[in-house]
Amino acid sequence: MKKVYKNAQEAIADIESGTTLMLGGFGLCGLPENCIAALVQKGVNNLTCISNNAGVDDFGIGLMLQKRQVKKMIASYVGENAEFERQLLSGELEVELVPQGTLATRCMAAGYGIPAFFTPAGVGTEVAEGKEVREFDGKKYLMEHAFKADFAIVKAWKGDTHGNLIYKETARNFNPVMAMAGTITIAEVEELVPAGELNPDIIHTPGIYVHRIFQGTNYEKRIEQRTTRKRD
Amino acid sequence: MALTKEQIAQRIAQELQDGYYVNLGIGIPTLVANYIPEGIEVVLQSENGLLGIGPFPYEGEEDADLINAGKQTVTTIKGSAFFDSAMSFGMIRAGKVHLTVLGAMEVSDNGDIASWKIPGKMVKGMGGAMDLVASAKNIIVAMQHTNKAGESKLLKKCTLPITGLACVRKIVTELGFFNITEQGFELVELAPGVTVEEVKSKTEGRLVIAPNLKVMQL
Repeated sequence: MKKVYKNAQEAIADIESGTTLMLGGFGLCGLPENCIAALVQKGVNNLTCISNNAGVDDFGIGLMLQKRQVKKMIASYVGENAEFERQLLSGELEVELVPQGTLATRCMAAGYGIPAFFTPAGVGTEVAEGKEVREFDGKKYLMEHAFKADFAIVKAWKGDTHGNLIYKETARNFNPVMAMAGTITIAEVEELVPAGELNPDIIHTPGIYVHRIFQGTNYEKRIEQRTTRKRD
Repeated sequence: MALTKEQIAQRIAQELQDGYYVNLGIGIPTLVANYIPEGIEVVLQSENGLLGIGPFPYEGEEDADLINAGKQTVTTIKGSAFFDSAMSFGMIRAGKVHLTVLGAMEVSDNGDIASWKIPGKMVKGMGGAMDLVASAKNIIVAMQHTNKAGESKLLKKCTLPITGLACVRKIVTELGFFNITEQGFELVELAPGVTVEEVKSKTEGRLVIAPNLKVMQL
């Protein structure tokens, strides 16, 4: 079993322009920082990116937007990014806005081998345009499809050489469902340990979903909204 | 006197009951957490994957891996749980969350809500709002009664793109507390010092006055 890669450059070496990528994270929390940096460095473009948010101007997917590497963004919330808004309003960037729960479930469905599902989110809104509506027990639901992604790139706290993953706190967010959904899934972890060192009872993502794993370096973990209280 | 944002939150907090799981949106709804009545236990759900949001961390104790849905650093309470985004919206869609409080740009008198887009001006996305309003059993909107141009946000029909249809149950604005009924907005409580005439003049949608209209107690 050869899942362990040296670093992000090696793990993403075969990602070409025009690829569809899933990127884990919520806001700036739980982002695959090393892989994003490597993708910026590699300079691939025409990417379709599926991620809950688009980062901020100088962090996260915002770094790829600055370099015009993204052709299409599929996300639920894209505020906090001026360059994104500029590219969107000027028509340089294609955007598909998806309700957050639908986004997560479209990832989950892919990982569960379910091609489509029905959700009430978006009934009667712009999101419903062109979609099948069906009634169950007197309530209307939209049919939504599982995503297809060439690569899913996720960030976990700990991982082992079999690709088993454990996430930390709210840095879990979209990472487990995206990890299940990639044709090839790349996981970067803060700490990579030999198989057998993680308790099998507390694995969040079983290694079968993870094809490549490496220990990341220099995590900035930027905080978007630093809120605190004073000590009494 | 019209209510402050804090007072709107304070009034909404009176709707909380022991054992409630509650999702609070960004803005005024977040403030509701500061007014949870004593003696009851309420668990706050954050759709990025946390049940049991605690207060902001002490300075120097911020944890980048621990944020709420507004991307603010937070803490956990005793008995918290983390989970992924799919499970988070699973519990929302399955109706496990008892109360959702969110802001809005417009609400219509049959309970439609518009909150995510101003065509040509602002496109930030719906985030989790469409999922929440499509499934929550009880939805309270916390918002100002009028927009910056002074126009009513309580309308016959929403003019902005819809977030969800016929889903809002209650609205609290700086002027009062309203139920959504078949007759339209029903004014059930007036903010202290606000008159029925003022509410009428600032409400474009159908408005009825509850027979037992009260002055709001804070």
